[in-house]
Amino acid sequence: MTRSPWFTRGLAAGALVFIAAAVVDGLWIMGPTAEQGDYSRLLVVHPPVATYAYVGFGITALASILYLLPRTRRREWDLLAGASAEVGVVFCALTLITGSIWGRPVWGVWWTWDARLTAEALLFALFLGYLALRRIPAAETVRGRRCAVAALIAVLDIPVDHYATSWWQTLHQGSSIDLLQPDKHLDTAHNVGLLLGFLGLGFAFAWLLVQRYRVEQLESRYETEGLALALDARRAEGMPDRVGASR
Amino acid sequence: MNYVYAGYSVVLVGLALYAARIMARGRALRRALPPDPGPRPDEAR
Repeated sequence: MTRSPWFTRGLAAGALVFIAAAVVDGLWIMGPTAEQGDYSRLLVVHPPVATYAYVGFGITALASILYLLPRTRRREWDLLAGASAEVGVVFCALTLITGSIWGRPVWGVWWTWDARLTAEALLFALFLGYLALRRIPAAETVRGRRCAVAALIAVLDIPVDHYATSWWQTLHQGSSIDLLQPDKHLDTAHNVGLLLGFLGLGFAFAWLLVQRYRVEQLESRYETEGLALALDARRAEGMPDRVGASR
Repeated sequence: MNYVYAGYSVVLVGLALYAARIMARGRALRRALPPDPGPRPDEAR
């Protein structure tokens, strides 16, 4: 399915349409709130990128488990884990940057060592380390297995990060909406903006993941075929001399 | 509103740059590798 051009075109079109609608709603339709003024408009981008960073790392953890289990071990799970971790790291970086931009006018500081922010920064650092680990040369199975174990350790930070606002007293606010608490809700324009942000950035996440997975497959092919190709090229360079010498 | 514009710009530009980087890497690898032969006849069955 991921090889079909219509599938990826559909994801790209969905991302463009919903992101455009989210930007229009966030910048022009949504009104300021009493607590945060215009800064509440950042709700359209910040919670979705944070959520998709979790999704990216969650897919990495799931693919790592499937790679570690002997029954389901396939090279593709390791490639998916690597691709998803990189996309997750990009979304995690965007979460940290947009959070910092939101924090400056509302809290008065770009950064503070609050539990939520520290856990998010730690998550970013852990998965950067995971990506660095993938680059260390080793036999395919050895690298796959140690990266899978590292991913499963790194992913333990997700619940700590998510529940940091409930477990500790933090500067970062708790969730803006809670389906179990009807009094904790947003107005319609903010709800629509949040939904459009989730849809648009969700399509973008899926498109990036598919494209990154294809690149991961190509990199894997290049790793195995690259040496043979280089040897062929060297042989081809030497061929005219040999032909000339035999004449 | 400047902080709001900055937040939106960071996300949109960041994702666009990352997408461009992935596409460029994919194109470079496809150029470097011979065409994928696809599944062998015995695998295709």
